[in-house]
Amino acid sequence: MGATILKGRVFKFGDDISTDLIIAGKYAHLRSNLPELAKHAMEDANPDFIKLVKPGDFIVAGSNFGLGSSREHAPLVIKMAGVSAILAKSFARIFFRNAINQGMPALICPTDKIADGDNLEISLDEGIIRNITRNESYSFTRIPAAMLSILNEGGLIPYINKHGDLKL
Amino acid sequence: MGKTISEKILSNKSGIDARAGDIVISAVDLVFVQDTTGPLTIRQFKSGKKQTLASSARTALFIDHASPSPSRQLSNDHIFIREFAAETGCLLFDAGCGVCHQIVAEKLARPGDVIVGADSHTVTAGAMGAFATGMGSSDVAVAMSLGKTWFRVPETIRIEVTGKFSKGVGAKDLILYLIGLIGADGATYKALEFTGNAVDSMPMWQRLTISNMAIEAGAKVGLFPSDHITREYLKKLGRGNGYKSIFTDPDAIFERTINVEADKLEPMVARPHTVDNTTIAKSLGDIKVDQVFIGTCTNGRLEDMAEASSILKNKKIHADVRLIVCPASRKIYSESINAGYLQNIVEAGGIILPPGCAGCLGLHQGVLGDKEVCLSTANRNFKGRMGNPEGLIYLASTATAATSALTGRITDPREVL
Repeated sequence: MGATILKGRVFKFGDDISTDLIIAGKYAHLRSNLPELAKHAMEDANPDFIKLVKPGDFIVAGSNFGLGSSREHAPLVIKMAGVSAILAKSFARIFFRNAINQGMPALICPTDKIADGDNLEISLDEGIIRNITRNESYSFTRIPAAMLSILNEGGLIPYINKHGDLKL
Repeated sequence: MGKTISEKILSNKSGIDARAGDIVISAVDLVFVQDTTGPLTIRQFKSGKKQTLASSARTALFIDHASPSPSRQLSNDHIFIREFAAETGCLLFDAGCGVCHQIVAEKLARPGDVIVGADSHTVTAGAMGAFATGMGSSDVAVAMSLGKTWFRVPETIRIEVTGKFSKGVGAKDLILYLIGLIGADGATYKALEFTGNAVDSMPMWQRLTISNMAIEAGAKVGLFPSDHITREYLKKLGRGNGYKSIFTDPDAIFERTINVEADKLEPMVARPHTVDNTTIAKSLGDIKVDQVFIGTCTNGRLEDMAEASSILKNKKIHADVRLIVCPASRKIYSESINAGYLQNIVEAGGIILPPGCAGCLGLHQGVLGDKEVCLSTANRNFKGRMGNPEGLIYLASTATAATSALTGRITDPREVL
């Protein structure tokens, strides 16, 4: 990712944010119209999210973020909303893999001290999250090497197009 | 040193001596999508450089989630899926065939297979000793194209089930109990393996219910041994030559073992809005229900139809309840007609839907109104799941659901049985 520093504001969510809360199944008819689908990102968890989110902002949550469905539309609509990284105490397995496959950093770290509206700066290379609002720093769990190589190519399809094969 | 079922299958399919924690590249024996994940998967596939299927005979597309389609957009998605099937010669199971996971069990899954599907309940085929797991569209697109995927070999939690279910209690109660015990993330990144004397004699339809919900504890797979039950199940379907036995080794390493005594289980209910928010049905108090839904890849099998029929026969459902019943496949639908089950359900006041996912994911066929309560045999009760964040979804067994349709409140089936 080079020397990328991600900067943005926090939208805070709780534990067990399901893929239905991220993008409800009732909008399945919009899945071939992604710009329309993305207008409903996080709707049932925070109806104001899509109005307020700005490019670069972060989703910060508790444990088991993204449980439920395998719909890759979940990290996709979050990415389309402009979010630059998702931070959680833990992720559900399929969501975690889908986020990386979409080139979306999904970072496992303690999140209790991070509040809604805090400003963060994240250095993916250093593994450091700086909370500018609170003058604190946190580290995140290293992304496994196999997944980091996919993230660094911007996702799984770009990875395969570049390397021609899975070479993990 | 012995191996778990996951380690055995992934060793076989990766060609290396795979152990928990290893990253392996595994051959994929079956890859599939459904109509709400398929269009994105096909687009991801088409954005890849290699645009041919690794195996058209082992790639399947299912039109089941919105079937028949409730909207113009979804109808157009269905056209897109059908066109891809025509272009590539892969398998297509169109509207009316049934839920992908049930068709996979009936027609496609074999013990020892690695199966990836763009649907989280792909874990269902673990009941047949297949390493079957749900993935997103990018991973599935790559598996379609390359015939392989990567896995971290999971650690295994062994679930040792002993004894016998008492009357009115079954597989759904067991898996709800287990998810309540370990939590919705209790098995994240892990394999669940079911064993014990209750499993040795457990019929396939119950195993499928249990494996189906392994994902609700976060598990990557929910595995049963491939044994005499699996052999007979495949034989009955005319697929006996696909059978091979798979058992975990006695000296395999498990992360931990959880013992469950089947005799002590009671009818369970998961309350809104998480599957691990469980309690025993009789302790719930007076919860009136507006809608009862019996069906889905969890509990839409012939034995579920039989159970609902036997509870509802010659009775009338409560005046304030809508009872929606959906056989999971065309085969189940047809056999339920022949056995008279659907007639009994209809005469009791039930509504029969065409084989498919029906109202489970909130697209159509049973969307909840504000503050309405649904008692469902499905696998998820997340807020908004059935199309309305103001709806309240409780999960239970078919016996509990059918009984509650009669009483109009969530009822322990033993009150009636």
